[in-house]
Amino acid sequence: MKRIMQLLLSGLLLTLLSACGGMQVRGTGDLGLVVERASGHVTLVNTSSGKPYARIGGLGDLSHASVVYSRDARYAFIFGRDGGLSKVDLLEARVVRRIMQSGNAIGGSISQDGRIVVAQNYTPGGIKAFDSETLELLSEVPAEYEPGRFSKVVGLADVPGNKFAYALFDGGEIWVSDFSDPKRPVTRRFPAGLQPYDGLVTPDGRHYLAGLFGEDGIALLDLWQPEKGGRKILEKYGRGEEKLPVFKMPHLRGWSVAAGRLAAGHRPPRGAGCRCDDLEGNRPCGGQGSAGVRHGQSRRPPDLGQLRLPRQRLGAGDRHPDGQGGADPATGQGRAAHGIHAARRGGVAVGAR
Amino acid sequence: MSSSAFLPALLAILLGGLATAALAEPSPARRKELIHLVRQDCGSCHGLTLQGGLGPALLPATLAGKPVEGLVATIIGGRTGTPMPPWHRFLAEDEAQWIVEKLMAGFPE
Repeated sequence: MKRIMQLLLSGLLLTLLSACGGMQVRGTGDLGLVVERASGHVTLVNTSSGKPYARIGGLGDLSHASVVYSRDARYAFIFGRDGGLSKVDLLEARVVRRIMQSGNAIGGSISQDGRIVVAQNYTPGGIKAFDSETLELLSEVPAEYEPGRFSKVVGLADVPGNKFAYALFDGGEIWVSDFSDPKRPVTRRFPAGLQPYDGLVTPDGRHYLAGLFGEDGIALLDLWQPEKGGRKILEKYGRGEEKLPVFKMPHLRGWSVAAGRLAAGHRPPRGAGCRCDDLEGNRPCGGQGSAGVRHGQSRRPPDLGQLRLPRQRLGAGDRHPDGQGGADPATGQGRAAHGIHAARRGGVAVGAR
Repeated sequence: MSSSAFLPALLAILLGGLATAALAEPSPARRKELIHLVRQDCGSCHGLTLQGGLGPALLPATLAGKPVEGLVATIIGGRTGTPMPPWHRFLAEDEAQWIVEKLMAGFPE
């Protein structure tokens, strides 16, 4: 009798345990998220099966939204136009945390150690840092470039050492904020140029580039030698040619750079179709050029030698300021720093600004 | 004016007025295109919901009291030194006028 009772109890316990752990154990590497701009929903997709598996609402105004992922790739942090910041569990397909952090937001980024999520805002102009676990506000850096004048922030990107680089559209500067002490960020300012509209960090984590809307050229900052300050590159590209109107503010993000070369947009010769100057030379691409340099008539591609950014290597003059060293001498591979994580994940609508 | 000419004259004015109004109002197909342009192209800076983004909001409350001619000129000619481009290649002036009127009243979906 005692034995039967024991068996029954064990059976009951096993049933209960398996019911509690009801969720199948699975990875998240192939899960992605699609923002439905008009409906204010996100659809979660399984990119292996090619099928959606959930749809979540209650995320506010997603007419412009962007996403970054937690370091363990389980959570998506969605930055909505209305300042909403939502943490979505891709496995449980639900919103686990949600806050309203600003009046008009454009996007955000996550630190390399995954602990800090930073939002970049138009209103109020500046950035705000949140604990990625709880979304508790840790600190903020108002983009006050002159007393009482606050700029829209664009081009936010995480860089090694729990720092974030970003540009001030109205202020014409590149700022780098160090969140080593998350509640007391330390910010350095660098002149950039007229109306930087977006920014990127090169795959080796060394250079921050800000595209300029108000003038020809791109602002470049060597994050390993910030004391040298910012400088301009590609200033001659398009200079002296007819300025053409820009009907949509372009993006300039990490995917524009590969093997140390920048893909820059190019006006088609007599309507022949748009061309991108990339690694292989001219190659047709759809739509307008990806870098926001203004350009006029067709002309030969710019000398990309100017943009051949040094490969990450330890050596004289190439020291990473943290002393941690950038490259693995064997492979030459460095740590990547990107504002966009898990690029293999599914589509995010970033068509607006 | 003599009384016998009055009625024809009045009719001419009324018909002329109606004809002018009919010209200014875009066709239903064109209206759909304009709505799409405002929401998607203008909306890329002013917001899909027109609540603003890089560009200011284009809601009735925001535009109330602003001179219509000035807004039409801004659409057609752009604003130098700002990200607002000129749209004269894509819009006739009376279409820009239609857009401004609709924005001020509450833009259709």
